[in-house]
Formats: sequence, C-alpha cells, structure tokens
Amino acid sequence: MDIFLQQLINGLVLGSVYALVALGYTMVYGILELINFAHGEITMIGAMVALAVIGALTLAAPGAPGVLLLGAGLAVAIPVCVALGLVIERVAYRPLRHAPRLAPLITAIGVSIVLQNVAMMIWGKQYIPFPGILPQGRHEILGATVSDVQVAILVLAVIIMLMLILVVQKTRLGRAMRATAQSRQVASLMGVDVNRVIAATFAIGSALAAVAGVMVSAYYGLAHYYMGFLLGLKAFSAAVLGGIGNLGGAMLGGLLLGLIESFGAGYIGDLTGGFLGSNYQDVFAFFVLIAVLVFRPSGLLGARGAERA
Amino acid sequence: MSALLAVNQLSVAYGGIQAVRELNLTVASGEMVCLIGANGAGKTTTLKALSGLLAPRSGSVHFDGQPIARLPPHEIARRGLALVPEGRGMFPRMSVAENLMMGAYARNDRAAIARDLDQVYALLPRLTERRAQLAGLLSGGEQQMLALGRAMMARPRLLLLDEPSMGLAPLMVQAVFDIIRKIAADGVAVLLIEQNAHLALKTCSRGYVLENGVVAASGAAADLAADPAVRQAYLGE
Ligand SMILES: Nc1ncnc2c1ncn2[C@@H]1O[C@H](COP(=O)(O)OP(=O)(O)O)[C@@H](O)[C@H]1O
Ligand SMILES: [Mg+2]
Repeated sequence: MDIFLQQLINGLVLGSVYALVALGYTMVYGILELINFAHGEITMIGAMVALAVIGALTLAAPGAPGVLLLGAGLAVAIPVCVALGLVIERVAYRPLRHAPRLAPLITAIGVSIVLQNVAMMIWGKQYIPFPGILPQGRHEILGATVSDVQVAILVLAVIIMLMLILVVQKTRLGRAMRATAQSRQVASLMGVDVNRVIAATFAIGSALAAVAGVMVSAYYGLAHYYMGFLLGLKAFSAAVLGGIGNLGGAMLGGLLLGLIESFGAGYIGDLTGGFLGSNYQDVFAFFVLIAVLVFRPSGLLGARGAERA
Repeated sequence: MSALLAVNQLSVAYGGIQAVRELNLTVASGEMVCLIGANGAGKTTTLKALSGLLAPRSGSVHFDGQPIARLPPHEIARRGLALVPEGRGMFPRMSVAENLMMGAYARNDRAAIARDLDQVYALLPRLTERRAQLAGLLSGGEQQMLALGRAMMARPRLLLLDEPSMGLAPLMVQAVFDIIRKIAADGVAVLLIEQNAHLALKTCSRGYVLENGVVAASGAAADLAADPAVRQAYLGE
C-alpha cells in the first residue's frame, strides 16, 4: 500500500470538511470582524439532528435506501442549523454590534457552551454511532484505498465550494456581501440592507456547517455533543492559516490543515522514534495556529492590512 | 412650491456633544445649494444625519414631502437621495465596474441600468479605461469621479456631496466640479459641502454658512460672496 498517496487522499477529504467549516468563520469575520465561536457547535447540531432524523426514519421505514435517509437527514439538519445561526446572530451578536469587541467574543463562547449543554441534555453524553446506511465500497487507486464515503465527501465539498464562489462573485447578494465586508456604511448608502446581508452570511455559513457536521460524523462513524469544539477550533485555525476574512484562504487553509494533519499523523511515529503516535494528530492544528499567528498573522492569502493602506 | 429636501430644526449630537443645532435648510428640485463652514463646523454631521448614518436628536427631515429622519440609510438611498461621503467611500477591493454596479444595487431595471452605465462612462472617460482596475488603486481624483459616477448609477434626485475637492490637485478639482455641474444640468439637485467656499459659492445658486453647528448666514450665493463677514471668514480677505 502506498502510504504517501493514502495520506494525501485522507488529508484532502478531511481538509475539504475543514474548509467548509472554515468558510463560515471567515465569512462572518469578513463582514463583522467577529469570531463566531459558536460556529463549531452548529456543525455538531447539524450532525446530531441528521442522525436523529436518520435514526427515526430507519425505524419507521426499515430498508429504505441509505442515500435517501442521508438526504432526509441533511434536508432537516440544514434548515435547523440555518435557523439556529440566524437566531444566534439576532439575539447574541446584533445587540452588541457597537459594543467593545471583547463583548461579542465572550457572548460567542457563552452561546457555544449553551449549545453544547443543550445537545448533551437532548442526546446524552455517549457517542452516537452513525448507522451503517451508506455504501461501504472501497476502491484501490495506485495502491491506496478510497471509500465511497470519502469520494462523496470530496465531490460534494468541491461542488459546494464552487457554488459558493459563484454566489459571492456573480450574484447580487454576493456583491452586497463583498461590499458590506469592505464598508458597512457605504454599502448601506448604496441601498444595501446591511442587516439582511449579515443574516444571509450567517445563514450560508450555518448551512455549510450543517453539511460539514454530517460529513464528519459519516466519516468517523459517530457524533458527540462535544465534537463541535475540536472541529470548530481546527476550522478556525484553517481560516487563520489561509487569512481570516478571505474565502479562498479558508478553502486553501482547510485543505492544507487536512494534509498537515494527515501526513503528520502518518509520520509522527517515525519522526519521534515511536514516542508519539497518530493519536497526536489533533495537535497539528494548534501548532499551525500558533506558527501562523507568530510568523504571518495575516495568513497565507490575507493581505488586508496592506490593501487597506 | 414645496422643497425636494426640507430640514427643520435638525439637531445632531455625539453623546453629550451637540454638533449641529436647530438647522433649517431647503433644497428645491434641480437646485444647487452649498453648505460652507470651517473644519469642525458640523457639515459632515449634517450630511450623515440626512442620509440616515446618524440618528438626529431632534427635528425633522422631509424628502419629497415624506419624513425620512428615522429611516435607515438603505431606505433613504432607495428613495433617491445619494450621499458621496467624505473620503469618497470606495469599495477598494472591487473593480471600477463593480463599484458602479453597486450604485445601481437597489434598481432592477436592467436595460436602463445598462444605458446609465454607458452614460456614466461617457461622462467619465478616465473610468472607461480603468473599468477592470480595483478602485483602491485609483488616484484620488479618479476615485472622486468614480464616487460621483456610482452615485449617478442610483439615479438620485438629490446628490449630497461631502467635500469633493478634498485632497485633489487644482486641475483635478476643476475636472470634478465640471462633472458636478453636468450632473446638476441634468436636473439632479445638489447639496454641496465644501471648505473651499470660493469654489462652492461660484458653483451653487444658494448657500448656507455653518458655524459651530449653527447656520450663521444664508442666501443667494452671490450675496454671500459679497457679504463682508463671509468674505473675511471664508474667502480669505
Ligand atoms: N464620531 C464623532 N464623535 C464625537 N464627535 C464628533 C464625531 N465626529 C465629529 N465630531 C465632532 O462634531 C463636530 C462637527 O464635526 P464634522 O461634522 O465632522 O465637521 P465638518 O465636516 O464641518 O468638518 C466637530 O466638533 C467634531 O469634533
Ligand atoms: Mg467634514
């Protein structure tokens, strides 16, 4: 088996999920300069809701095709997460829009704790297995193995990202989002209802998070009320790596982080002479975060400071 | 005749600081009016309040007979009042063409937008050459022209201009003011704010002089320009 190719594939799959979540952080930051720390929890809620729907449907209609069940799960999880994102923006962030910047940050952490606890009360503390409804096919490519789930995640993530680019670059809403990110005041002078644009940004980010949450739970085969924390932190690191506020940066940062983790986990044993095992893969995100913040705080594609000058 | 813009006893404050006090001002349809005054007199504050960026403390603003003083900026803009803000308000990471299209954001008459775009490019040939360039990379004068062109894309009935001459070389100031006159000649009313009182009074038919947030004098531009007090304070004599 070709380990290099295998790590590459695993890294791209994981990275495409990070990218989807990172986009949510970066879009909100781009417009509000707010780090929506509750965003990770939205991925968790997306996974939990989808699993609940899938579970209920499997009982109600045993033998229904897995892809259909998954579609139903997403069809409920996405609007739930969108609604949640909109409520969080309206209740937790909008009233603080003119407050000192620390205030919404603290609120964001508060919202995230609330969501974790609500999820724990509803779904309990145990790991919830992802039912075996999905195709289990595995394909050999040049000595590496790719599962159907991996292919589906990668293809879906790429399609979603291309659609997002199209929306942001070519549509009226996208133009309003970019204008609002560059100057809220001037955008409003152009007739842009800035509050609606901000709400739309939260809605889009939350929809991406819902999909990403379902992807992660399908990939690892489980969901948990605490899963949003680490996923959120990693995606945030990816957004910072790419240059927070920059959409292309979030995509690049997500993919890179996925690759770093995957290769890091694959080779960390060799590098440390067996002292550290692949269970240390989670630390790479934080190495990356710290290194970027120290050496290039604007991220790989972020040049906002320079552009503003 | 009722005015296009009627400002009545408008007061605006930042916290406890009164920046504009009981201001009365009118602009008729198609009229060119200027508001002159020293730095810090309250000119920008006035325009921000008129366009909805600042909530007035008291007083009323009527546009086309409708009260607008409590409306958010996007709704005021959609009624046909366009502000070209101090510092030009570029979207620096958008192209010239995209900036212009943002001016037409609230409109959906595609064919007319396309015609207006052609007209704006005809009026501002320098922008035509640079339509694909990022607005942030334009010179100050080009940015001011883009800001004017973008405001025209909204098809406003009243154009509020906050110091369009600021930071521009004399030749560029001339070019910008030529464009402003052309816009006004098309029937768009203009409320022009300037520290360059000489230029403003030469361009407009009526004027107001703002001192410490209060209207100190007003009247026909020619009369203001002849007023000894105005001449001494604002025309450098
Ligand atoms: N954001 C603000 N906060 C507090 N005071 C302000 C603010 N903006 C302007 N001011 C004050 O309001 C007064 C009027 O300012 P401004 O309207 O900008 O004057 P002008 O445009 O005529 O130069 C000044 O005394 C200024 O210091
Ligand atoms: Mg000013």
